[in-house]
Amino acid sequence: MIQEIGKYFIFLGQLLANRETFKTYYKLILDECISIGIGSLFLVALVSTFMGAVTTVQTAYNMVSDFIPKYVISQVVREMIVLELAPTIIAVIYAGKVGSSMASGLGTMRITEQIDALEVMGINSISYLVLPKIVASLLMYPLLVIVAGVCGMIGGYLAGTLTGIITPNDYVYGLRSSYNPFTIQFALLKSFVFAFLVSSISSYKGYNTQGGALEVGISSTQAVTTSVIAVLIADYLLAQLLLAK
Amino acid sequence: MIEIKNISKSFAGKTILKDISGVFEKGKPNLLIGASGTGKSVLMKCIVGLTHPDDGQVFYDGRDFTGSDRDTIIEIRREMGMLFQGGALFDSKNVEQNVMFPLNVLTRMPWPEKRERVNFCLKRVGLENINSKMPSEISGGMKKRVGIARAIVNTPNYLFCDEPNSGLDPQTSIVIDELIQDLSEDLDITTIVVTHDMNSVMGIGEKIMFLYKGEKLWEGNKDDITHSGVKELDDFVFANKVMNSLREK
Repeated sequence: MIQEIGKYFIFLGQLLANRETFKTYYKLILDECISIGIGSLFLVALVSTFMGAVTTVQTAYNMVSDFIPKYVISQVVREMIVLELAPTIIAVIYAGKVGSSMASGLGTMRITEQIDALEVMGINSISYLVLPKIVASLLMYPLLVIVAGVCGMIGGYLAGTLTGIITPNDYVYGLRSSYNPFTIQFALLKSFVFAFLVSSISSYKGYNTQGGALEVGISSTQAVTTSVIAVLIADYLLAQLLLAK
Repeated sequence: MIEIKNISKSFAGKTILKDISGVFEKGKPNLLIGASGTGKSVLMKCIVGLTHPDDGQVFYDGRDFTGSDRDTIIEIRREMGMLFQGGALFDSKNVEQNVMFPLNVLTRMPWPEKRERVNFCLKRVGLENINSKMPSEISGGMKKRVGIARAIVNTPNYLFCDEPNSGLDPQTSIVIDELIQDLSEDLDITTIVVTHDMNSVMGIGEKIMFLYKGEKLWEGNKDDITHSGVKELDDFVFANKVMNSLREK
């Protein structure tokens, strides 16, 4: 375990060593941004819309007292989506979709000697292949989290108003009342940390694949599980550090 | 010229290469032969630096490769071209992009010049008008030839070919062998070919090193190989029925 963590940090150290020119990375980063951002947009929007809808219905179900005003439902939905559901649950989905794709892509390149081909050409394969993925993740994942937040609140609005749980005015009032901008900053900070963890861990697992097609599958699975565990640990640590009173 | 001195390598306590030394000359194909599992590919990986030897040194025209810092290793590597067993073409790039790749990353050549160079290299390996094909759309033999085109596009001083004939029909194998020989002579580069194909050995084996269980047992050329007097080499050479029938005649 400790040896593996050590290897992971050595791997990260190689990211910035013997880099190619900025022009080389520019196109690679753009390609990765399209693949990661546009490729994940539909899934993120779909999942977050339903998350928002379910959160609204369940919050209303748990509010048994008539003394609690209805707009509290959308306040709870807002806090849950911004603080936890958008950055963290989407990170789990992101690990499953983008992380596994990164690991299997790099794993396939490894077993088909494409990574060796880069090394023989005198190119730092870690920097060339992995750095654009991490940079693109850092650029795109926070945007996906913002999309998830907006979609989650729209999902909550639709579920709440169409079923008569809450009026449109109450919902919007609830979203706007007692708003603390720090929650947004906190969510974005989490999104950067999670983006880095998912992309770097998945790339590390894929890059170090050894064997054949079976091992590529194993690397891909390990990438998802390890990334998710890292995300959950980081989630707790960040909450403890920045939210605990 | 590439010189190796006392190369040894073990994996998990099992010795793969034992104290191998030798010189690979310029301007002709140097063949590393031996049965499967004798350490040919490991030796080649030690030479190109994909595997670090436990002991020994590799010199590229007198420049120490194994003991050098990363900058020197990168500098020497930029003079290398390598054909991998499966071609190792980048799946996401088409033929032209694959061949142009080293020029894109390692040079500042203008695009028309790069295109001209790519077309020249593809023509040199007998491939034309397939620039826009993806690796998945071309045959195994074509992949190997595209791999060779990519390996020579940057005019390397050293060319490495790992089992260039594996999985190819005899006719395509001969084409690839002749191509490797012509390139070595025309470009006056040091070429090392790992193979266990006797057709290649008899076709282009101007300098041959025979490995057996991780040791160098014999060195010579295709004219001497049939009467080397080394039992292990005879077993390897005459395992081929055609070669055996020639011996009987």
